[in-house]
Amino acid sequence: MSERGHRMSTEHDNPYDLLADDHDASHRWAFGTGFTDPLEGVDTSVPPGLDEGALARYCLALGDDALIYSHRLQQWVTRMPELEEETAIANIALDLLGQARMLLARAGAILGQTEDQLAFFRAENAFRNVRLAEHEDRDFAELVGRLLIFAAWRLALFQELSAAPDPVLAAIAAKGVPELTYHRDYAARWVVRLGDGTGLSRERMQRALGNLWPLRAELLRPDPDASEVIGTASASPGAIDAVLEMVLAAAGLDRPDVVPLAPVGGHAGRDGVHTEAMGYILAEMQSVARAFPDATW
Amino acid sequence: MAESEWPLYEVFLRGKRGLNHVHVGSLHAADPQMALHHARDLYTRRNEGVSIWVVKACDITASSPDEKDPFFAPSGDKVYRHPTFYEIPDDVPHM
Amino acid sequence: MTITAQPDLEAHFDETIAQDRRVEPRDWMPEAYRATMIRQIAQHAHSEIIGMQPEGNWITRAPSLRRKAILLAKVQDEAGHGMYLYSAAETLGADRADLTGKLISGRQKYSSIFNYPTLTYADVGVIGWLVDGAAICNQVPLCRSSYGPYARAMVRICKEESFHQRQGYELLLTMMGGTAGQREMVQDATNRFWWPSLMMFGPPDDASPNTEQSMRWGVKRHTNDELRQRFVDMTVPQAEKLGVTLPDPRLRWNEARGHYDFGPVDWAEFKAVVAGNGPCNAQRVARRQAAHDDGAWVREAAVAHARKSQDRAEQARLTGEANHG
Repeated sequence: MSERGHRMSTEHDNPYDLLADDHDASHRWAFGTGFTDPLEGVDTSVPPGLDEGALARYCLALGDDALIYSHRLQQWVTRMPELEEETAIANIALDLLGQARMLLARAGAILGQTEDQLAFFRAENAFRNVRLAEHEDRDFAELVGRLLIFAAWRLALFQELSAAPDPVLAAIAAKGVPELTYHRDYAARWVVRLGDGTGLSRERMQRALGNLWPLRAELLRPDPDASEVIGTASASPGAIDAVLEMVLAAAGLDRPDVVPLAPVGGHAGRDGVHTEAMGYILAEMQSVARAFPDATW
Repeated sequence: MAESEWPLYEVFLRGKRGLNHVHVGSLHAADPQMALHHARDLYTRRNEGVSIWVVKACDITASSPDEKDPFFAPSGDKVYRHPTFYEIPDDVPHM
Repeated sequence: MTITAQPDLEAHFDETIAQDRRVEPRDWMPEAYRATMIRQIAQHAHSEIIGMQPEGNWITRAPSLRRKAILLAKVQDEAGHGMYLYSAAETLGADRADLTGKLISGRQKYSSIFNYPTLTYADVGVIGWLVDGAAICNQVPLCRSSYGPYARAMVRICKEESFHQRQGYELLLTMMGGTAGQREMVQDATNRFWWPSLMMFGPPDDASPNTEQSMRWGVKRHTNDELRQRFVDMTVPQAEKLGVTLPDPRLRWNEARGHYDFGPVDWAEFKAVVAGNGPCNAQRVARRQAAHDDGAWVREAAVAHARKSQDRAEQARLTGEANHG
């Protein structure tokens, strides 16, 4: 057991000497915050022939999904069932926040707005997230069930987007694929643990799936901007279903047989028509920024 | 031990440039797969290319480095039969 | 087989301490040393976990996405620090679930500072500046703790916390260079957190009965008053640079002492908060308890699933053996 190295690192009697130490490891303590620039070397001009408006709208949609989803996960901090899960959920929330920032920045570059202007000063009907993202998880079973559905869907999308004609969107998607793979894996394992755990956990997990399933259909609605940006109107339902079937089978859970959540006059999240939860989310998220509209933070 | 308690696992990492696994700490998990995931979150901050071993603490038998272990030590659940925390070499990603 | 006699074990332990070497998990140690260490490390761990709450309070409302990410990462770090410290305590024979029980029942404490509410976004910056600053002052000496696993955990933690402190201070610099409303917010937060930060160093030396034994055992390296003075000396120039006024009319440089003189701390307030009667004590513990209680069914499910999986694997193995046997 070596002490010499240990001794040298503890010679500091002045705590502020530590601040002068080598701090190459900025990536060590805050990951998912985009400290390493995934857009390094990427040409950020919009490729000719690509519909800028569609690209901006689509990036906004994917960015809002991640931003609002991350908000819901942030609300679970200090409420997780075990300390190790605190780290895991903060991880996922940070990853999604990082994706949101890059996507909003991409949309913002086209629209002439910053990521913060978009996040904090848009009204509710200008947010394009799907309604699944804004759902409040009533318990841990809903937390992992919703994350499974969301991550499976988003991963399938991002895998397609890694080949998008827009190099920035492609770079963002490429970075997101391993993150979403991790999120999907985390959620899937927990769905299995709960489904194949105790009688109580199975009951809660089955009930959670029943509550969440109606929000799935919206994910597969054809998106005209997506056709424009990547050539396919939506993620392939088959790919996502295959994942969900596998997890349900391993968990010993039944596929819910429920009706999709109705849109409002044919409109849903992508159209800026949300659930009643959305207003409260934005009231919380935007409160400080809006109280000091001229401030820099 | 209560029904809801997760056993203690010790975590060993080998960094990208490392030659062997080094003990970095411990965590609680319900099963080995979960322990691996938690170890990635907590001890590697999701750095790629790090090899992780997790071992249930109760499966580890340790010696006393300075041979001062009393022969008639109290028996029972001596849960602290852990290997010592070794100095972490530079090439193990910071935890 | 040698039977090592108790006096030899004690002498060896004393020698280890006297030589400023580390005591390691498998070494013999006096029961009082073990108990003191467990308590100190556990209370430190509890502080990290409870400390997630006052700051976590502002994650969803952070006014920029960058600040939100930084704060979320910081709170995540704190969870990690708590876990490193619980790990160190467990090497001494403690059990984390048991320690959690002691936290919830009030038998073990956490840093008194976290019993104060975070009422504005500026509190996030002030906590980074003052609370993390005080924590660093307390913690750097602990990197030389006589107990090896604790000392090593502290080295790890101190490196990460220096980032936290800088981020907090940087936020305050930005706000103080901003609008009048932002500046007022920072001054108000400073007014509320200054005295509680001084209280983080514990009661005055003449009211600290355990200090002497703790110092002899290398559990503690400096006295409360020494650390408190050091913190004040370092922080006053930082406050001046920020342009905030520290809420102490008696604060002034004493040339003869070579230190800042500062006003009396309200030890009655400190006692009340430590006894459980601060503004947020009940709330902080209740949140921790709720997470723990509400999560029991989840933890149980994971254990049940692990057992079932193991049984299935064992069955498969036996079947395999039977088929090939």
